[in-house]
Amino acid sequence: MNSDTNKISVPSFSQIRARLKNYTMIFALLLIWIVFGFLNQNFFSARNLSNLFRQMSIIGFLAIGMVPIIVTGNIDLSVGSVTGFVSALAAYFQVYVFADMFPALLPGASPATILLFSALSTIILSLLVGYLIGCLHGYIVAYLGIPAFIVTLAGMIVFRGGVLGVTGGENVGPVNDAFKFVAQGYIPIPIGYILAIIAVALIVYQQIRRQMNRQRFGLERDSIQRILFVSLGSSLLILLYTWTMSQYRGIQNPVLILFIVATLMTYVSNNTRLGRYSYAIGGNREAAQLSGINTKKTIFYIFSLMGLMSGIAGVILAGYVGSATPLAGNQYELDTIAACVLGGTSLMGGEGTILGTLVGALITASLINGMSLMNLDIFWQYMAKGIVLVVAVYIDVLSKRGAKS
Amino acid sequence: MQENLILDIQKINKSFPGVRALKDATFSVQRGSVHGICGENGAGKSTLMKILSGVYLKDEYTGVIQFDGKELRLKENAIHEAKELGIDIVYQELALVPKMTVGENIFLGKEPTHAGRIDWSSLYSRTQEILQRYSLDINPQAVIETLSVGKQQLVEIAKACAGKTKLLILDEPTSALSEKEIKILMNTVKTLKSNGITCIYITHKLEEVFEITDTVTILRDGAVVTTKPTSEYTNETLISYMVGREMTERFPKRDPKLGDVVLRVEKFTVQDPHNPKKHSSHDATFDVRKGEIFGIAGLMGSGRTELIRALYGEYGTKLSGNVFINGKIKPIKSAQDAMKSGMFLVPEDRKTEGLILQQSILKNITIPSLDIFSSFFRIDKYKELKTAQTYAKKMAVKAPSLYVKASTLSGGNQQKVVLAKALLSDPQVLILDDPTRGIDVGAKYEIYKQMVELTNEGMSIIMISSSLEEILGMSDRIMVISEGKVITVLDSGEANQEIIMHHAVGAS
Ligand SMILES: Nc1ncnc2c1ncn2[C@@H]1O[C@H](COP(=O)(O)OP(=O)(O)OP(=O)(O)O)[C@@H](O)[C@H]1O
Ligand SMILES: [Mg+2]
Repeated sequence: MNSDTNKISVPSFSQIRARLKNYTMIFALLLIWIVFGFLNQNFFSARNLSNLFRQMSIIGFLAIGMVPIIVTGNIDLSVGSVTGFVSALAAYFQVYVFADMFPALLPGASPATILLFSALSTIILSLLVGYLIGCLHGYIVAYLGIPAFIVTLAGMIVFRGGVLGVTGGENVGPVNDAFKFVAQGYIPIPIGYILAIIAVALIVYQQIRRQMNRQRFGLERDSIQRILFVSLGSSLLILLYTWTMSQYRGIQNPVLILFIVATLMTYVSNNTRLGRYSYAIGGNREAAQLSGINTKKTIFYIFSLMGLMSGIAGVILAGYVGSATPLAGNQYELDTIAACVLGGTSLMGGEGTILGTLVGALITASLINGMSLMNLDIFWQYMAKGIVLVVAVYIDVLSKRGAKS
Repeated sequence: MQENLILDIQKINKSFPGVRALKDATFSVQRGSVHGICGENGAGKSTLMKILSGVYLKDEYTGVIQFDGKELRLKENAIHEAKELGIDIVYQELALVPKMTVGENIFLGKEPTHAGRIDWSSLYSRTQEILQRYSLDINPQAVIETLSVGKQQLVEIAKACAGKTKLLILDEPTSALSEKEIKILMNTVKTLKSNGITCIYITHKLEEVFEITDTVTILRDGAVVTTKPTSEYTNETLISYMVGREMTERFPKRDPKLGDVVLRVEKFTVQDPHNPKKHSSHDATFDVRKGEIFGIAGLMGSGRTELIRALYGEYGTKLSGNVFINGKIKPIKSAQDAMKSGMFLVPEDRKTEGLILQQSILKNITIPSLDIFSSFFRIDKYKELKTAQTYAKKMAVKAPSLYVKASTLSGGNQQKVVLAKALLSDPQVLILDDPTRGIDVGAKYEIYKQMVELTNEGMSIIMISSSLEEILGMSDRIMVISEGKVITVLDSGEANQEIIMHHAVGAS
């Protein structure tokens, strides 16, 4: 039973096509950028790019949380409302609670200290609320066995009600400057470069370690092309991004946070049991269960993570807008799911990556940004978003069909 | 092409990434015959049939196929086109709509209509006609999911033959059937033959080959070894053609050294989840000793699978009874608890319960045992790979690498992956639910050898099997179940097929 005799080394056409498939959405993104670049010369200005990435970050956080949810074969329709609810709570506490509480608690503290305390408390509170909402959804879905679609549809309605309740149907604000800084601020340019260099160093270190490990365990080393492509490619992207942003005001705080969170979550989904279990559950729940995986606990964790991500998104949203509005986060769930699908996450479960999904989020954000630059009416933006979603998924279906066999 | 040939296959080659599934396969099929195809797991049988039935298109393989006097060139919409030409296939996995009736399924997509509305009375009377033609005792209005798997399989055949089928391909149709159902299926195939329909019959069960086929083609590693009339084979030559060497015995020698009782089940009663008034297991008491192979026999539907699933914490609600492992009482509420107490179940259906088909062999093997390689923060992927390699090798899994998806493996290799997964989790009591279903003779022997080795190392094995031969050949003791009740536990010395059947039908 020797399998080596059957080996053929030249990749067939279908294999090449299958490999290209991974990059379809990146090509789509580049295409969109080129088109907008032609139509409007401001599109590629550092200032606009800076805005574009900042705008994308909120959906980015939600999409990062949504990937594991969809991978386990679930869905979360509540994320828009939860984000809105968290942002409303954040604004409310800033304006009506902490603004009076901290000066009373810390008599004699400088105004700056008070701002800082108020901002930090708001952030902690927001993340906690988001997390607890996620836990609640997770508990109902996993342990009470109600389908996620129903539970989170209810959540969507309930927390939209929550937003209206907290805001009283009006704008609540403004939030203080320290709090705004999280969403609107920039990393000082030199520090930005230092961080970029650290990131590059980590990438190179990781590659070297990988090759050494492979050698140690008697595996073939990766091909030079692969090593160069991965390490040089990602390093260049990071440096290019840092440089471009430095032409404006530097790396945006929320984008940096997004980058860190995305890296962590990619790590979790590839290198930990939680990640492995979620793909297993999405791939075949029955088999996963019989393999001794605690499927309920896994799903509970996944939803609690989603809650935490909604919490972060809520903080960024409140800081970005500077106040809370009754419509905050409206329809974000749709943008989020669209980003996941564009990024190659299968709604059937079992497949999807964080990185792909971020590309998906970038595609939708670029469309909106480009069209608003051109002063197209909002209705065009809606239509274009919908059409792109269908077209993109169709391309994906086509390329999958080509690569099946 | 000669008039009396319905199918002539010339030099078919088909490759998948890393595998040449078919190499110059060449043979022909006589009109009106039952043509058997035998070969080890992964020999390329299913792949060849998928070419014939249009799953793979003309430009995905090389070679020439003549069907019914014309060259077969299937392109767009090939599965439908093959059907139009008269080639139909029945897979091992059922492809019926469970919530629809027999009639609705048979006429799915070609319902008889009258003035634009479905003509139900015609649909059911024509269904009745078809069922009668093949002497099938099935109610046309029965809902599919209420039928036994065997009956469903027969409906599938009736469905395939409802059209203008000239060539019917049966790819391992009996692997999920009871002995009785197999008899009915055999008769159905004979009826088809007498109606002039040619059948290609793939099976790993040699009895069936000799009972039903006229000619047998043997495939090995994608190439045709020989095609001869069935009467020119003996059991031994057939096997040696398939595995490429002599096989003198079907079961390995073994001299069991039994130790203390490892697993004890006492008065175990489980409520049937589908019918709360019934017990799927009733008052079951038995024990399994260290190093023992404990066979469980019973007819299909006797509650064998349900009993061990319930022991494993994954079926029904336990009403009473206890499970002891090494004398300690274990409350087992889920597969997780069962594994912690030292059991591991290899489930009956590898595709829907055993494997995550879209994931790699590697991930499938290690998923239950990740704790061995993991800290809270990290899975040690290198250690994982090394370990998985060891176990895949131990089970002789045949694949281009451990990174290929489980879905691309042949049935037998999939089963080996599930077994590798079980071994890695290193249980004290390994529960095998029909472990050699759909597995070739050579690989069966490998699995038996593994079982012997494991018991020699002190593992206990509970084995459910539909094959009495296997039960008798491997077990130290045999428990016979009927309607959820333990009828008797026999020592292997005092058991034979008749005695087991006698108990299994509940005659005592
Ligand atoms: N879609 C696929 N992608 C890659 N390899 C495949 C694919 N389908 C089949 N193979 C490989 O082709 C070979 C032949 O497989 P095939 O399913 O035809 O075997 P088989 O003779 O039907 O075996 P079994 O008796 O186990 O069903 C195997 O090595 C299998 O791994
Ligand atoms: Mg097969």
